[in-house]
Amino acid sequence: MPVITVERKILKKNDEIAAENRRLFDENQIYVINLLSSPGSGKTSLLEKTLEHLNDEVAIGVVEGDVQTDNDAQRVSRYQVPVVQIVTNGGCHLEALLVQKALQNFDLSRLQFLVIENVGNLVCPANYDLGETLKVVMMSTTEGDDKPAKYPAMFRVSDIMIINKIDLLDYVDFDLEKAKAYALQINPKLHIFELSCKTGQGLDQWLSWLRSRIQT
Amino acid sequence: MHEMSIAQNILEIVDEYMVREPAAKLLEVVVEIGEMVAVVPDSLYFSYDVLVENSKYQDSKLIINILPLQGTCRSCGHVFKIENYNFNCPSCHSLDLHVQGGQELRISHLEVE
Repeated sequence: MPVITVERKILKKNDEIAAENRRLFDENQIYVINLLSSPGSGKTSLLEKTLEHLNDEVAIGVVEGDVQTDNDAQRVSRYQVPVVQIVTNGGCHLEALLVQKALQNFDLSRLQFLVIENVGNLVCPANYDLGETLKVVMMSTTEGDDKPAKYPAMFRVSDIMIINKIDLLDYVDFDLEKAKAYALQINPKLHIFELSCKTGQGLDQWLSWLRSRIQT
Repeated sequence: MHEMSIAQNILEIVDEYMVREPAAKLLEVVVEIGEMVAVVPDSLYFSYDVLVENSKYQDSKLIINILPLQGTCRSCGHVFKIENYNFNCPSCHSLDLHVQGGQELRISHLEVE
C-alpha cells in the first residue's frame, strides 16, 4: 500500500502563529509570561500584586483570557496598565491566534513585560503555545498537595511553579514538601516560589526574580 | 480534549497532501500521540468518522498510535520506560534526559491506493 510520509504536527497552525507572536515580542524586547492554573488559584491576585510593585519600574501590559466577563480586566485596569480582555465564550484555553489579535491593541514598542493570564484550566492550555517566553503554573494550598501528580503535562511544560495561599497552611492538610517533590519529580527544572498574595509573604523573591529577568 | 477540532486540523493537513495526488484514494491516516497529551482516542476516532462521513474520505480510517513515555539518559545512555512520570534515570539518577512519547501530537503518514 503506497505511503505518503507526512510527519507534521497536528497543531502546526497554532505553532506557526505562536512563532509569529514570539518574533514580535523579540523585536520589541518584551518579556512574556503565560500564567496558568486551575480557576481560583490566585492568578489575578498575583498579577495585581506584581503590578502594584513593578508598575513604576517596568512598562507592563496584560492580556486577560476568560470564558465570560471582563471582571479580571477591570481589576487589572485599576493599575493604569494597558489591558485587553479576551472572552472566549466557551473556549477553555487561549490559542495563539486569539493572542495575536489582542496584540493589535497594544503599542508593543512601549512594553517591556506582558502577562497573558490564561483561562483557568490545568489541562488544555498545556498544549497551546502562545509565543510566550515562559510558562508560569500556579497552584494553591487549598488544592491538595498531589495536584502536580494529577496534571503532569502542565507541570512538565512549565518553567516556573508558584504555590499560593501559604498563609492558610495551618488550616489545610497540605504538605508543602510533598507538593514540591511531586512537581520536581515530573519536572526537575521547575523553579518554585512559595508565597501569599494576601499577606505578601514570599512575594519579594518572585518580584526580584522577575526584575532580573525583565531587565536582561 | 478538543478531539473534534483536532480531527478538523488532521483533515486540513490531509487535504494539503491529498491534493497533490489527485488519483489516489485515502485509506488510512496514521497519527502518533504522546502519553501525556490529553486526547481520548475513542473521542478522536468518533470525531474523525463524523467529519469524513459522506465526504471523499468516507472510506478512510484513522489509526492512533500512542507513544509511551520513554527516556534516554544523556549521562549514562540508559534507555528506559518512564514510570509514574518519574523523570530521572533509574540507573544513574541523572535528571538530564532526552524524552520521547510525551507531548507529540502529529500525523505520521497516509496510506493510499
